[in-house]
Amino acid sequence: MAGISTTLSAPLPNYLEAKPGILSWVTTTDHKRIALLYLGGMSFFFFFAMSLAVTFRLELLFPGMQFLSHDIYNRLLTLHGVVMIFLFIIPGIPAVFGNFFLPILIGAHDVAFPRLNLLSWYCYMAGAALAVVSILSGGGPDTGWTFYVPYSVKTGQNVFWPILAAFILGWSSILTGLNFVTTVHRLRDKAMGWFQMPLFVWSLYATGWVQIIATPVVGITLVMVLLERFFGIPIFDPARGGDPLLYEHLFWIYSHPAVYIMILPAMGVVSEIIPTFSRKHIFGYKFIAYSSVAIAAIGSLVWAHHMFTSGMSDIARIVFSFLTFLVAVPSAVKVFNWIATMYKGAIRLDPPMIWALMFIVLFSIGGLTGMIVASLSLDVHLHDTSFVVAHFHYTMFGGTAVIFIAALHYWWPKMFGRMYRVRPAKQAVWLFFIGFNMTYMPLFIAGAFGMPRRYADYLPEYTVFHQLSTIGSWVMVAALLLAFYNLVHSLFRGERAPEDPWGGATLEWRTPTPPPVLNFTGAPDLSRGPYEYPEDVAQ
Amino acid sequence: MDSNTSGHADPYGVYVATWGALMALTALTFGIALLDLKHVTVLAALLIAAVKGSLVLFYFMHVRHERPLFLYMFLAVGITYAVFIGLTFVDYWSR
Repeated sequence: MAGISTTLSAPLPNYLEAKPGILSWVTTTDHKRIALLYLGGMSFFFFFAMSLAVTFRLELLFPGMQFLSHDIYNRLLTLHGVVMIFLFIIPGIPAVFGNFFLPILIGAHDVAFPRLNLLSWYCYMAGAALAVVSILSGGGPDTGWTFYVPYSVKTGQNVFWPILAAFILGWSSILTGLNFVTTVHRLRDKAMGWFQMPLFVWSLYATGWVQIIATPVVGITLVMVLLERFFGIPIFDPARGGDPLLYEHLFWIYSHPAVYIMILPAMGVVSEIIPTFSRKHIFGYKFIAYSSVAIAAIGSLVWAHHMFTSGMSDIARIVFSFLTFLVAVPSAVKVFNWIATMYKGAIRLDPPMIWALMFIVLFSIGGLTGMIVASLSLDVHLHDTSFVVAHFHYTMFGGTAVIFIAALHYWWPKMFGRMYRVRPAKQAVWLFFIGFNMTYMPLFIAGAFGMPRRYADYLPEYTVFHQLSTIGSWVMVAALLLAFYNLVHSLFRGERAPEDPWGGATLEWRTPTPPPVLNFTGAPDLSRGPYEYPEDVAQ
Repeated sequence: MDSNTSGHADPYGVYVATWGALMALTALTFGIALLDLKHVTVLAALLIAAVKGSLVLFYFMHVRHERPLFLYMFLAVGITYAVFIGLTFVDYWSR
């Protein structure tokens, strides 16, 4: 790349101080600033959706209705799901850390389409505003985040605006995926081959393809719901030749790959953190890289395991059950390779590493319980119980959101140039671990005993599980507040961060802190690979 | 540059012919919807849609003048959608 190989004569200002004023931020095309715009939006929506969950979990502290009506409970549940899924966890890691670090990790000045990148943030904010305002302005939807027909076609509640919001948010996701795939192909430093790329880049590349291919499906599907709802076109109405199961197929053709849009980048971050804090080359680089692509490919073919009890044919159920078991193989490849990386490594238990280790534990529980619900016979019993709620919170919250926080702790010094306090950061991790398991582990047991999901009330025999879960949610919230307070505090009181506080080997640690406007002060230093550490005796 | 192409990769005649083919295929899609082809109806509609999509890609989006990489990318996407639809129909045809 011609631009990169040119040594810049004058030092560039860092991206935070390059241009002052709010206008410079909302019109920026710098990928790092756009990442921070996303971070601001997502942090707000994360805490907003978390407060909703804490509210309806409080309602569940005792059987019977305490302070919410059934209707309000349904709306809070829907809003929690819509906001967490569409505004936090799907865009999460790619939009923030992908935007900030992908170009730096491959030695580029920016993403391939910087203006499109800014447009994707505006789509995100527009979709977010629509979703929240439409739901809070009265008549909010009570469909759950899945907008299943026929209920979403027939309910008297407001469905149009949240669907429009999801449609616009889909654009944001597609534009980000398109940008990342193009950037990896076209702007990667010429000296960096495919197998010299950091594994986070591999995971973002695979995710980008899923975003491009799968997201349009849900966009079109949601438009079909509106066509049936407002124009009476019988796409899903069985009385007029339609098929409600078609909606479920189309919805999950996107929404299950969306799970991999959420988790693949998280796995990429883990593949960066573990070698850095083990001072050891990643074990099985190529297998981890290929497993990202394999997860993206196979993960796109397992959607109908959400429909085992919906009336789908037996043959289809068997096919999708088999495919679901198959996707566990590349996932396990990653987990075993991370553990093998740590073997005989010089492990340092700094906060990002502890968050990453916790991810392995929580994600393994989430993944293995996924195998339980992928079994046809067991799923008949467990479908739509709180067992499923616990399963996907272990994978999504214990997986993706935990790694979002790990990534914050890993890259925070580089992004903001300030070090946070390590002691409270570690306290937050352990507190979170206790709170998280206390919140969701009882839901596995309650679900196995038959507690349905999404219910505002329950029989007295489930009380102990709900009470443990509600108290656990308070512990977890305390941990999250501590972790985020500690990070924000560092912006004002933190010590200046050095260029490479963790001894990392990837390119972002070989550029100033915070990075300059065009990322590098000279040609990127590609003299060593992304996982080559001087202390690694095995090399 | 040939004034007939004025910056385009193909002469205008090619675009007009492509547009004509797209309109004809649209009419064909409408026509087969009126016939009772049973299970084949959806398959026929999908095949026509695939041909129409290919025409747009190759002529309007100039993929036929691009490097093979772009063709492979479009092929990968097309195959993926074919698998999506195929797996969905595993359910429909075995119900």
